[in-house]
Amino acid sequence: MTGMLDMDIIDISTLTHVVPPLATTLAALPALPIAGINWHSVLFLLFAGLACGFAIAVVAADNVVRMALYLVFSLGATAGLFFLAGAEFIGAMQLMIYVGGTLVLLVFGVMLTAQAPLVSIKPSSSDRTLTAVAGASLLSLLLTAAFSVDAWRGPGVGVVPAPSATPLGMALVGVRVDEPPAGTPVGGRVGYMLPFEIVSVHLLVVLVGAAYLARAKRRRTPRPIDALASAMPVETVATAAPVATMAPTGRSAGGAKSALVGGGR
Amino acid sequence: MMGLVLATASVASLAPCLATIPLFAVNPFTEPVGVVHYLIVGAVLFTAGIACMTLKRNALGILMGIELVLNGANINFVAFASPYLRAEGAPTLGLDGQVVALFVILLAAAEAAVALAITLNFYNNHATVDVDRADDLKG
Amino acid sequence: MAEFLIGLGLPGWVAWSIAALVAAVLLLNVIAGGALVFIWAERKIAARIQDRLGPTRTGGRFGWLQSLADGIKLLAKEDLMPEGADGLLFRLAPYVSFCASFCAFIALPFAFDVVGQRLNVGVFFVVAVLGLEVFGVILAGYASASKWSLFGAMREAAQVVSYEVPLGMCVVVPVMLAGTMDLVTIGEKQAGWMSSWYLFHDPFTFIIFWVYVTCAVASVNRAPFDLAEAESELVAGFHTEYSGLRWSFFFMAEYGSMFLVSGLAAVLFLGGWNGPVPVARLLGFSDGTGESAAYVVRLVGLANLMGKATLGVLFMMWIRWTLPRLRIDQVMTTCLKYCTPIAAVMFAGAMFWQLFLPGGLFPGWGRPAGEIREGWLEGPGGLPAAASPAEDRSSTVTGGDPVERAGLATRSPR
Repeated sequence: MTGMLDMDIIDISTLTHVVPPLATTLAALPALPIAGINWHSVLFLLFAGLACGFAIAVVAADNVVRMALYLVFSLGATAGLFFLAGAEFIGAMQLMIYVGGTLVLLVFGVMLTAQAPLVSIKPSSSDRTLTAVAGASLLSLLLTAAFSVDAWRGPGVGVVPAPSATPLGMALVGVRVDEPPAGTPVGGRVGYMLPFEIVSVHLLVVLVGAAYLARAKRRRTPRPIDALASAMPVETVATAAPVATMAPTGRSAGGAKSALVGGGR
Repeated sequence: MMGLVLATASVASLAPCLATIPLFAVNPFTEPVGVVHYLIVGAVLFTAGIACMTLKRNALGILMGIELVLNGANINFVAFASPYLRAEGAPTLGLDGQVVALFVILLAAAEAAVALAITLNFYNNHATVDVDRADDLKG
Repeated sequence: MAEFLIGLGLPGWVAWSIAALVAAVLLLNVIAGGALVFIWAERKIAARIQDRLGPTRTGGRFGWLQSLADGIKLLAKEDLMPEGADGLLFRLAPYVSFCASFCAFIALPFAFDVVGQRLNVGVFFVVAVLGLEVFGVILAGYASASKWSLFGAMREAAQVVSYEVPLGMCVVVPVMLAGTMDLVTIGEKQAGWMSSWYLFHDPFTFIIFWVYVTCAVASVNRAPFDLAEAESELVAGFHTEYSGLRWSFFFMAEYGSMFLVSGLAAVLFLGGWNGPVPVARLLGFSDGTGESAAYVVRLVGLANLMGKATLGVLFMMWIRWTLPRLRIDQVMTTCLKYCTPIAAVMFAGAMFWQLFLPGGLFPGWGRPAGEIREGWLEGPGGLPAAASPAEDRSSTVTGGDPVERAGLATRSPR
C-alpha cells in the first residue's frame, strides 16, 4: 500500500510457493519492458505534455472561446502536476480558484465578444514571427538557467511527502508545525499570519473595486454598444432563429444581441 | 499553421541548446522525476504566457497570458517546495514554497477580477476588446 | 485487492492495474447503473406526484425496464450537429461534463476505506471537480449555435457564481468540526449512534445542512434551479441541439452528480457509512474481531451510505416535481442574499459552539471511546504524526487517466 506508482519488480521467486503453476506461467511478465516503469513519472510526462501543449495552443489559437478552453485544460493539467508533487491543497486550490475563475473569464469572453468581428482578432504575421523568435530565445534562456544548477538536475528521491494541508493551514495562522527541511537554520522559520490578513483585506478591496469599476453607470449619451445594438436591423434577429441551418455570422450577431439584451437584468 | 511555425521555430532555436545539456541524464520513464523537469514545464508555460501577452490583440487574450505566466512561476515554487522531487541531499524550500504558491493563486484571482472589470469598462466605452484601438491618449 | 493478486503470484504492476481497472469499472457502474435506476424512479415518482401511472408496460408490471429501453432508443438515434456549431467544442462538451462528474467520485468514500483514492483534501477536491461540470454546460451552450442554448449557458454561469459561495461555506463547517478535509476521517468522526452525526451536532449545523441542500440542488441544475434547462422557456436550454449518445452523457452526468452531492451530504452531515443505529457494532462485528467481520462492517457501511445517497436523490426528485422554477434573479437572490449570510452566521455559530461545547448537542451519547479510527491529527501530541500519513497515501494521482487514478484502495482490514 505504500504506493501504486512506485512499484518495483516483484521478486517472483519468493512467491512461487504460493501458487506454483500460475507463478511459473507469469514469471515472464516482469521481464517485459513495462514492468520497470515508474508510474509517477509517466503521469508526470502526461500532465506536463498536456500543460505545455495546451499552453502553446492558447498562443496559437485565435478564437477567444477556444483560447479560454485550452487555458482551462492547461491549468487543470498544472493542478495534476501539483498533486504529483505532493502539494494536494495547492492542487485543489488551483482547480477551484483558477479553473473556476477562468470559467468566469470564458463567460465574459463569450458575452463581450460574441459579435462576429470580435470572436477572433488575428494578429499580423510579422507579429507572430517576432513573438516566435522572442519566445524561443526566452525559453532557451530559462532552460539554460534551469539546467545550470546541479542540485536541481538529479532524479528526485521519490519520498512521498506527508500531507501538507494541515501544516499549511497552521502556517497561515502563524504556527509552524511542519518538519523543517534539512539544512534550515534553526529559528529562521516564520508563520504567515500577517500576509494572510493582508491578502484577505486585499481580496475584499478588490471585490469592492471590481464591483465599482464594472457597475452600470447612468449616462446621458448612449454607450457605443447600445448604439450598435439599436442600429442592428431587426431582420438579423428574426432570421437568427435557432434552426440548424443558419449561417455562422447571423448566429453570432443574433446571439450576441439576445445575450446582451437578456443579460441586462 | 502559425502554431506549427512557432513550434518548429522554438525547437530549431533550442536544438543546439538541448544538445549541450545532459537532458536525459534521468530516464523519465523509470526513474522519479526531479526538480528540473518541473522547471521545464514552468519555463514553457511562462514563455507561452509572455508570447500570449505580446501577441494577442484581444484584451481577454492578454489576461490569459498573464494567468499562464503566473502559473509557470507557481510550478517552480511547488517544485522547489516538494520533498518528492528533491534530489539526494539537495535543499528544498519546504512549506514556504507552497504558501507562496497559495498567495500567488489568490492574488491572481484578484488581478483577474480587476482586469475583467477594466476590460468591461473598455468594452462599454469603445465597443471593442481590441487593445490596439485603445489609443485615445496618443498625441 | 492488489495485495490478494500479488499473493497469487502476479507481478505488482499487473495486480495494481487489475485492481485499478476493477475500481474504475465499479465507479462507472455506480454512475451508469444509478442513472438507469434513478431515471425509472424519477418517472414513477413524477407520475405519482402528478396523479398518473408512469411507465407500466416495458419489462413487467412496474415498467422497470423503461430506462433500458430509453437507453437503446438513444443509442439508435441519429447524431446531429447544427451547421453553424463549433464542431470541436460541441463534441467535447458532453465528455467534459461527464468526466467532471465521474472524477469527483474518486474521492468519495463509500464505506470506511472503500474509496477510490483517499485524499487529504477530499472535500475540497470533490467540490472543485464538481464545479468543472458546469464547464461542459457552458461550452455546450456556446457551441450549439442556438439562441436557446446560449441563454441556458449564460444563466448557468450566473447561477454558478451565486451558489458556489454559500456551498463552499456550508462544506467548510463539517471540515471545521472534524479538523480535517479527509472525507474518510470526517465520516469516521461521526461513528456511533445517530446523535453523533454532524447534522445533530448543534442547531447551527442543522440549519446549515438545509442551506447545503439548497445549494446542492442548485449545483446539479435540478428544479427549482434548472434555469439552464428550463424546458418551458428555452426548449431544452443548453442541450437543445444534442441528441443520441451525447445527450445521454449529459443526462448521466446530471444523475451522477445528483448522487455525488447526496453522497457528500451523507458523509459530511449524515454520518456517512455510520447508520442511525450502529447495527454492526451491536451485533459484535468490528475491525478487531477478525477479517470477515471487518468485511461485514464495510458491507453494512456501504449499504448505509448508498441508502442515504439514494434518499437524497429521491428527495431532490420530490422537490423537482413539487416546486415551481425560480427566475434567474430569484436564484441569485436566494443564493447570494439569503443563503450566503445564513451560511456565514451559522458558520460563526458552529465555530463558537465548537469552541465552548466541543462535544456537540449530545456529548458522549453512544460514541464509544476508541471507536474513532486513525484521524491522522490524532498522532502523538496532537501534532502530525510523521509515520502514519506516508503509509496511508498510496499515491498522489488525480486527473488524467481514470483507470490509473481509481485504484480502489480497499485496504486489508486490520
